[in-house]
Amino acid sequence: MENKIEPATTIESTMDREIANQYKNIPGWGMDADPLNNPTYPIKHYNGADHERLNYQKPEQQPVTVEVLQSIERPGLSRVFGTSTPPQGLSGVIRRFAFRYSESTYAHWVPLVMADRIGVVEGIIDDLKHGIVPNIFAEKGWKAEWKYNRKGLIKNVATGVVVAAALALLLKNINKRSAKAF
Amino acid sequence: MVPFNIACGACPFCQQELFGNCHESNSEATAVGGIFGYSHTAGGYDGGQAEYVRVPYADVGPTIIPEGMDLDDAVMLTDVTPTGYQAAEMGGIQKGDTVVVFGAGPVGIMAARCAWFFGAGRVIIIDHLDYRLEFAKSYAYCEAYNFKDMEDPVVFLKRTTGWLGADVCIDAVGCEAAGNVVQSLVGRKLPLTGGSATALHWAINSVKKGGIVSIVGVYGPLDALVPIGNVVNKGITIRANQASVKRLMPKLIDHVMAGRLNPKGLISHRIPLEEVAEGYHIFSAKRDNCIKPVLIPPSASAA
Ligand SMILES: NC(=O)c1ccc[n+]([C@@H]2O[C@H](COP(=O)([O-])OP(=O)(O)OC[C@H]3O[C@@H](n4cnc5c(N)ncnc54)[C@H](O)[C@@H]3O)[C@@H](O)[C@H]2O)c1
Repeated sequence: MENKIEPATTIESTMDREIANQYKNIPGWGMDADPLNNPTYPIKHYNGADHERLNYQKPEQQPVTVEVLQSIERPGLSRVFGTSTPPQGLSGVIRRFAFRYSESTYAHWVPLVMADRIGVVEGIIDDLKHGIVPNIFAEKGWKAEWKYNRKGLIKNVATGVVVAAALALLLKNINKRSAKAF
Repeated sequence: MVPFNIACGACPFCQQELFGNCHESNSEATAVGGIFGYSHTAGGYDGGQAEYVRVPYADVGPTIIPEGMDLDDAVMLTDVTPTGYQAAEMGGIQKGDTVVVFGAGPVGIMAARCAWFFGAGRVIIIDHLDYRLEFAKSYAYCEAYNFKDMEDPVVFLKRTTGWLGADVCIDAVGCEAAGNVVQSLVGRKLPLTGGSATALHWAINSVKKGGIVSIVGVYGPLDALVPIGNVVNKGITIRANQASVKRLMPKLIDHVMAGRLNPKGLISHRIPLEEVAEGYHIFSAKRDNCIKPVLIPPSASAA
């Protein structure tokens, strides 16, 4: 549950404004500045607040009651956060690993995409543990498919059966053939 | 009316009305603000499709429903309407512009409708579902074409815009786009990329040189296949964001109350919250000529 602070490497984060606000003895500094040259208008109402960086009056901190994963691209937790899905089980282990890397890396996102998939299976196992047999048909809303696309649903299921049968046949044949080869 | 995004009102982004990019509502990503019911990456919050929901910063984001406003209009003002409006707004539409909207879902239809507020001269919507195109034509007063009838949507759009390209293109499709086998395979089936970027690809290639591409379609955080070389060589301006619902609220309330905009007109289905799974399936699989379903919790009287 520890949310570590990015170690300062070459330049402290507090130096950013100091450097930017220093007098610049550079010929023509600021001469061509044009406040209208701002493609973010009117979506962003520019007022220079960005230059204050993280020095703003922050809202009250939500108490940390669950494990909260934190992007390493920020120095601390956001003042509020969701508590619906703290990391748990195998998917949680993978998520914790992913959060060792920045949002700019595959090492972050690929494990998270995997963890989502694993989370689905974990959910089903959790259901079973609680004596609930998940009703995938209902959870996927296929009752609606039965109502509005009966033909399509039947066709899909039939295609599935045919494909599975064909695959089984194929595998059987391949097995036979490879058996002969020996 | 509770916006779909969570905003603190204090960080530099909120202070500058980028309420969809709040810095104090999501610890799990710096690239995404906090959003109700929108995965771990958007903060891990429970969703609003419930009887009750915890609303952080409830004194900042939400707006009291104006007296006399239809509740169906109010619910549509929390997501779809501001998103469609901002899609048009980000297009930087000038009077007389030809605007092409990819995607005739609720968001794209609303974008097409709102393009007129900015003085568009011609609005074209592209999809592959005829029932949606038919609906869009009358709801958004626009032209509507099915990309399945075209050999190449980009050539079609070049020809119909006097061979120069559209002035503004809007991507209101996002990562589930159909229409290109490779994009669908790597973006939807496998998925190796941040989503199928077919609509964005078409948008970039159909807009004129020096034109503007506005993106509200959502993509995942992984890279997507986008012809970025054409963006550079054509000098295209790309503008994109999650909608800043709170910023747009006063303007949209005005349009609705004055009778210029009819958000509730997009609602095609009213589904009890208990049947949410079927509701999701109907919307995502586009069954029963669905445009926009709303969920009715048991505690809300079926008004
Ligand atoms: N930026 C935001 O703030 C924000 C808010 C809400 C929704 N969204 C996003 O906007 C997008 C649209 O939302 P929606 O509710 O209208 O979804 P939708 O699925 O109803 O609409 C998408 C439409 O695009 C069509 N389509 C598919 N491939 C296409 C292609 N290549 N070219 C043209 N059309 C194509 C589909 O047939 C469908 O009608 C989604 O990605 C959604 O997540 C963004």
